[in-house]
Amino acid sequence: MKDIGIVSYGAHIPRLRIKSSDIANAWGKDPGTITNGLGIIEKSVPSIDQDVATISVEAARAALARCSIDPQTIEAIYVGSESHPYAVKPTGTIVGEAIGATPVLQVADYEFACKAGTAAIQTCMAFVKSDMIKYGMAIGADTSQAAPGDALEYAASAGGAAFIIGSEKVIATINETCSFTTDTPDFWRREGRKYPAHGGRFTGAPAYFRHITSNAKILMEKVGSKPEDYNYAIFHQPNGKFPLKVAKMLGFSSDQVKQGLLCPYVGNTYSGAVMIGLASVLDVAKPGDRIFLTSYGSGAGSDAFDMTVTKYINELPREKAPLISQLIENKKYVDYATYTKYRDLLYEE
Amino acid sequence: MADGAVPRFWREIPQRYNLIGNQCGACDRIYFPPRESCPYCRRKSMGNMKEIKLGSKGKVVTYTIIYVAPEPFEGQAPYPIAIIELDEGPRVTAQIVDCELEDVKIGMRVQSTFRKIQEDGYIGAIHYGYKFKPLEVKG
Ligand SMILES: [Zn+2]
Repeated sequence: MKDIGIVSYGAHIPRLRIKSSDIANAWGKDPGTITNGLGIIEKSVPSIDQDVATISVEAARAALARCSIDPQTIEAIYVGSESHPYAVKPTGTIVGEAIGATPVLQVADYEFACKAGTAAIQTCMAFVKSDMIKYGMAIGADTSQAAPGDALEYAASAGGAAFIIGSEKVIATINETCSFTTDTPDFWRREGRKYPAHGGRFTGAPAYFRHITSNAKILMEKVGSKPEDYNYAIFHQPNGKFPLKVAKMLGFSSDQVKQGLLCPYVGNTYSGAVMIGLASVLDVAKPGDRIFLTSYGSGAGSDAFDMTVTKYINELPREKAPLISQLIENKKYVDYATYTKYRDLLYEE
Repeated sequence: MADGAVPRFWREIPQRYNLIGNQCGACDRIYFPPRESCPYCRRKSMGNMKEIKLGSKGKVVTYTIIYVAPEPFEGQAPYPIAIIELDEGPRVTAQIVDCELEDVKIGMRVQSTFRKIQEDGYIGAIHYGYKFKPLEVKG
């Protein structure tokens, strides 16, 4: 059986940031309590000329800059997001055109709260495994918004990553994947509404923690692994605290989690979250490293992956596109007034 | 924006997304935006213009800061507009982003970035294309 996995990857995080303490001050909340409580120091903010299409294109181009793959051999593009710029007109069409993969190309947009990007990876894996395509591109990106004053306002941010899935010169083999899905109304946005709504405290135990721990255990049982077998573990990160807590519940250490935990510095990039976390791990990974990844999407579901880094990681010129650490460092702060101006310009009143 | 803008933007997608120009088969001069024929070689270049994808890198030749912007761009002012010489030679006019106004310099190395250029209000099409930002990765 041939090895299926990641052939190249790229990411993009907008340069603007707002500090949690500035949002807290704007609402008369205690900045220290908020920042420590959520484990988020600051979050990324899209500029007014950035959206999921532009972030996806930048990430896709970064993935192509690191390899010599002819874009015409990418035969499928799936973009996962909950903030696609159009309600009707797939983001993938724009990405396909912008990277030169059109017109003999299969495209669809995915939506599953914060796990649409990992669903895109699974689809690409299946297409490659069945020899229907040579390469597929899976993207997870978001420019998520939260209602002013809502607790989610401290977290909802922007960013994304793209992965080229194939079976030649695979830098990280995907050994196994599985999913866990139920009907759990923890977070939603009704059609035509501007901001999402959520079930408050209901978002924790029955939603995030149940789905991630259940799915993670199913995966480890399937492959016969234990938490200590992995060098890195990436969990969905709606705030800086949940991923560390779920890691502990499962028996992973904070050392295994930290390279893929970016929420404290960029916020929750929704569909981009575990995707950027995985990109951050691949930025530093060495042959033989084993990676555990579990996404979570409200509604609710989780996708889990067991991966092994191969010798081809050393042949991939990672310096040809910005590393996650460079994207995090390249930042400019905006104040709450500028942040709300950008947000208001996005929507019709 | 009038409805006529959608077909125009659509026709220009190769240029706007991927800096597709063309090259005269007779004298090798490169043009962006692409030309029907080469003004130097005229008849000799007819049917001899080849499409060429220009690279994403170049340098700022000159720039100006826009303080009073046309209506669709009001929210972005003040912003720099520059004439950029691409490494292949052709010059393009584009907005500089991800850079402080005081950091824009003549001669600075820049690379193209994919951004929203214009929206036809809240219900119309969204038009994307190139802007330029300071070079991220050396080369
Ligand atoms: Zn000529």
